[in-house]
Amino acid sequence: MAMNSFEWVDATTVEQAAGMLAESTEQRPVIAKAGGIDLLDLMKEGILAPMRLVNLKTIRGLDEIDTENGLSLGALVTLDRIDSDPQVRARYLALSDAAGHAATPQVRNAATIGGNLLQRPRCWYFRHDHFHGEGADEMGSRGADENQHHAIFDNDKNAMVQASTPATALVAYDASAELAGGANGSRVVKLSDFFLPPEMQRAHDARIETGEVMTRVIVPPLNAGAKAAYRKQTERDSYDWPICDVAVVLTMEGQTVQNASIVMGWVAPTPRRAAESERLLIGNRLTDDLARQAARAAVAGATPLAKNSYKVPVLETVVRRTILAAAAG
Amino acid sequence: MATENQARADRPSLRSQSLLYGIVGQEMRQVTRQVPDDEPPQLPVNAELRSIGKSIPRLDAVQKVTGAAKYTFDVQLPGMLYARQIVCPWPHARVISIDTSAAERHPGVRAVHVLETLLQSARLRDPEAEARNKYPTVRFAGQTVAAVAAETQRIADQAAKLVKVEYERLPHVTDLDAAMDDEAPIVFPGPVEQPSTAGGGGAPEGLPQKGNVRGPNFGMPGMTPTGDIDQGLAEADVIVETEYRTQVQTHVPMETHGIVADWQDDGLTIYASTQHTHSVRDEAAEYFDLPKSKIRVISDFTGGGFGAKYGINNFGLLAIHLSQKAGAPVRMMLDRREEHVSAGNRPNSLQRVRIGAKQDGTLTAIDVISWGSGGIAGGAGIGFCFNALYPCPNMRTEQYDVFTNAGPCAAFRAPGQVQGIFSLEQAMDELADRLQLDPLILRDRIDTKPTDDMLARAHERKVAAERFGWSRRRPPNADAGPIKRGIGMAQAQWVYVVSPPTTVEVRVADDGSVSVYNSTQDVGTGTRTVLAQVVAEEFGLNAEDIGVFIGDTRFPWGPPSGGSRVTASVTAPARNAAYAAARDLAARLAPLFDDADPDDIFFADGKVGVRGKEGAARPLKDAAKEAKFGEISKLAKRHDDYEGFAVPGELSISRHGLGGVQFAEVAVDVETGVVKVERIVAASDCGRPINPKLVESQVIGGIIQGVSYAIYEDRIMDAASGHQLNANVDQYKMVGSRETPAIEVLLMEQIGAQSSTDARGIAEASNVATSAAIANAFYNATGKRIRTLPMNPANVLATLSA
Ligand SMILES: Cc1cc2nc3c(=O)[nH]c(=O)nc-3n(C[C@H](O)[C@H](O)[C@H](O)COP(=O)(O)OP(=O)(O)OC[C@H]3O[C@@H](n4cnc5c(N)ncnc54)[C@H](O)[C@@H]3O)c2cc1C
Repeated sequence: MAMNSFEWVDATTVEQAAGMLAESTEQRPVIAKAGGIDLLDLMKEGILAPMRLVNLKTIRGLDEIDTENGLSLGALVTLDRIDSDPQVRARYLALSDAAGHAATPQVRNAATIGGNLLQRPRCWYFRHDHFHGEGADEMGSRGADENQHHAIFDNDKNAMVQASTPATALVAYDASAELAGGANGSRVVKLSDFFLPPEMQRAHDARIETGEVMTRVIVPPLNAGAKAAYRKQTERDSYDWPICDVAVVLTMEGQTVQNASIVMGWVAPTPRRAAESERLLIGNRLTDDLARQAARAAVAGATPLAKNSYKVPVLETVVRRTILAAAAG
Repeated sequence: MATENQARADRPSLRSQSLLYGIVGQEMRQVTRQVPDDEPPQLPVNAELRSIGKSIPRLDAVQKVTGAAKYTFDVQLPGMLYARQIVCPWPHARVISIDTSAAERHPGVRAVHVLETLLQSARLRDPEAEARNKYPTVRFAGQTVAAVAAETQRIADQAAKLVKVEYERLPHVTDLDAAMDDEAPIVFPGPVEQPSTAGGGGAPEGLPQKGNVRGPNFGMPGMTPTGDIDQGLAEADVIVETEYRTQVQTHVPMETHGIVADWQDDGLTIYASTQHTHSVRDEAAEYFDLPKSKIRVISDFTGGGFGAKYGINNFGLLAIHLSQKAGAPVRMMLDRREEHVSAGNRPNSLQRVRIGAKQDGTLTAIDVISWGSGGIAGGAGIGFCFNALYPCPNMRTEQYDVFTNAGPCAAFRAPGQVQGIFSLEQAMDELADRLQLDPLILRDRIDTKPTDDMLARAHERKVAAERFGWSRRRPPNADAGPIKRGIGMAQAQWVYVVSPPTTVEVRVADDGSVSVYNSTQDVGTGTRTVLAQVVAEEFGLNAEDIGVFIGDTRFPWGPPSGGSRVTASVTAPARNAAYAAARDLAARLAPLFDDADPDDIFFADGKVGVRGKEGAARPLKDAAKEAKFGEISKLAKRHDDYEGFAVPGELSISRHGLGGVQFAEVAVDVETGVVKVERIVAASDCGRPINPKLVESQVIGGIIQGVSYAIYEDRIMDAASGHQLNANVDQYKMVGSRETPAIEVLLMEQIGAQSSTDARGIAEASNVATSAAIANAFYNATGKRIRTLPMNPANVLATLSA
């Protein structure tokens, strides 16, 4: 399908972009465009019909990688650069791998980290214009019956999952987003608080206000001796969306786990911490058996839907494998 | 019958001739056949030929990779308009009213047309039930209702939204099992009929129908039940009894369906992405009451077609109407969603299979009952393999069509057989296991029908087993870790069919250059190249020297690219016409060689000469210029096979089939349910391979499509809304480059002594065995049978934990 006509503005500063975005209304949507990958998809599918697009790519200085103190990624840094930057790879392996395993080489060349975190869910009801048009009412009164790719946790109301896979690693590294242009100027939000359970009828599934521009993703410095691993479990090795993905960051002393951060994507509406698994690991020698216990704890309390119970054993496996990979790494 | 009398009148005079027969490299023998008098002598084996049997690159390779090749998608005509269909958002509805006025007023819109006749659907036996409806009833979400043509695609898209359609919604059902329920919503208000297309499919007339369930259909002629199933089962030492399920596979060619229709006062020209130019012409003639002589259909290149690209379809009907109304050419290409939803799919199946055998493997009973849904179209059977592959005294295959509110099925690369072999060849593997026989030994014992494909498979089992390393096979579930490896094999069988109306023209211009003409299209198989190679052989030229003109109904009638019949149908008359033209040319050039006997004139390496005086040979070009002869033109028709056909007709079916054996190696991660096909060895036969590289390419394509079907592809219908949820190429998962296994093709050269080229088909046969071979390897890897497709993590983990 072809898209509707729209205006295109090349922004030159964050302030100018934020000013234009602040004018957005439901009738006359003004939408930021970074790599444009998700945006164009949604426009072509007839799900988004912006009146005006504000191109962020023309703003200078939003595409810098700084590894001085922790890691700072400009919102326009592409997934490919996160994957290939040697400093990022050396220190933040799980993030680097997450970026490198997202999408396809062509998409990674265009997709930005800011846009990636703000992409909409891949739920096939959400992606089908019927459920935004004639079928919206019927959809509103029931859940997703074809829920094989939906959440297995926190899914009683809405089972759509956040799509970003780099988000899984970023939350594990306790990263934050920097947002500019809002009423209070610039602010920094922890990604663990940033995401909202996706819903059909809204502009963003995240705590970003109309008129705000994401400027940076900030990752705190790591503990000395931190080890990490990332696993994205797909049906295909060629590009595919995950059944689940898992990022593990461990601080070890010898074989003993000092600190653990385990985050799971695509299994809950937003990236989910495996808090009980972390507790089981901390202070203990990491053995195959401990990893197995931690993985079991990660899926405890799962409430799979009619068609996605297969995700539970897959998640358990991937958590175990990723813990062991992090420890080995 | 008139056609039969005519066929008799056409029958050429015959000569009795001794011909070489058998698999090259194996023991061959002479057979005596009745050969039409005007046919050339039998070709020697490929090793002794110069052009035929050589793996030259396809002639249009550069055009294709540089983008110079013009597909229907690329056609641009002066003043051409763009069309968009209006499709129904509801899965079952009566159309109450349609208001096109706003769309008609929209600037840039040139025509709007409402569909009056629905194609691609089963038809009510008694149309009375819906006779009072003004418009065709909508029976699936995405069914087309009308279309607009406008100056740009964007205007057409916008205007399509302005067409106001009032619907009365009706209850719907999309799920196979749900539709079989007595209480299920009814898709058709009475019994229906479904004729087949040139690609196959369809169902016999007059079958009983109760609710949505139509049948039993006992299949093609020769599939009628034989013997006594109960007695056969009573005689059995072992009975294998199981249920299998296969999913719907949608049609995903690179180029979607589409046409450009150009209605002019003096006739209609259609550019079509089609598998049969003539089927487009014939349907256009029928629905627009035009003489066929006033319709021209052109298909220079078709971007893939697996059985669904025949005729004009609903979108074509609309495009032609729009062109007629607007007085301008109209381009109508389906978008990817329309292609998935409405263009024709491989139906799903539920199969209950019972096989009885003696301790030594002797089959005593094959009893199969199947249900499948092709949505609003019939033809969801499971092929003929149960009856045709392994002889058995007691056989019954009872097949039912179940109608659902979903897009129509169409023929799809070995229609039915892919589903049937998935269960038959797994059942055989299970039988071998129960009898403690090597699966190959079981096949040696039971694959005994006296046909060429049986001989081919017997040989293929040996060579493929050796290349594959079958002797490495371990007991099931032999790996200790979570990644389990295993190997398995399955056999293929498909019909060998020919279209005898096929006629080929070969011309020699007065400069000695040679060209060949036939209306058949090239859907990517390499038909141009194959025709050139066959003609070049007779003139001692290179394939590149031959002008090949195809994909145009102005040329003599050519076969559909369906039923794997093109090469078998066109190469024999191409050779016969080329031979006749070459002999004629020889007679005209003989005066240049001291009035030599034309029979002694030969053509080789671009030269013409006289046998015995090879040194005096001269370039054909120069000789032609000097001889100053008029243009030579010869037409030749595809004669019947020398032994005739089991079922003659426009689609003539040989009693011989096509074989093929595939071996697969898989790795199953039993913790994640991910199946990876690591290697496939395919031994294949296609009679005489005219271009082995092109044949291999077909086999590789068939295997890749087979892997895709086995592991990934699955149409997901939302029962509540009736919509396909994954009608795109992101969520409809297909095999990618990294899922493509290492593939080795071992190609037989089998001389059947049936035609002047002895070429047979390959495309469908190569797709038949793959999913069963993978499933058998899965069993060897895990010790569990996977009876549900696709083998994705959800189905695999359910199987492993069962
Ligand atoms: C084939 C394919 C496979 C894919 N596989 C994966 C995968 O495995 N994992 C994964 O995570 N993703 C995957 N994706 C999604 C892809 O990574 C995202 O669409 C992409 O990262 C979006 O980034 P973008 O820069 O193109 O954003 P855009 O499309 O430009 O923007 C997306 C959204 O973010 C907003 N936005 C963008 N930048 C800013 C900013 N700085 N401030 C405020 N708002 C902003 C836009 O307004 C828009 O709403 C895949 C996509 C495709 C096509």
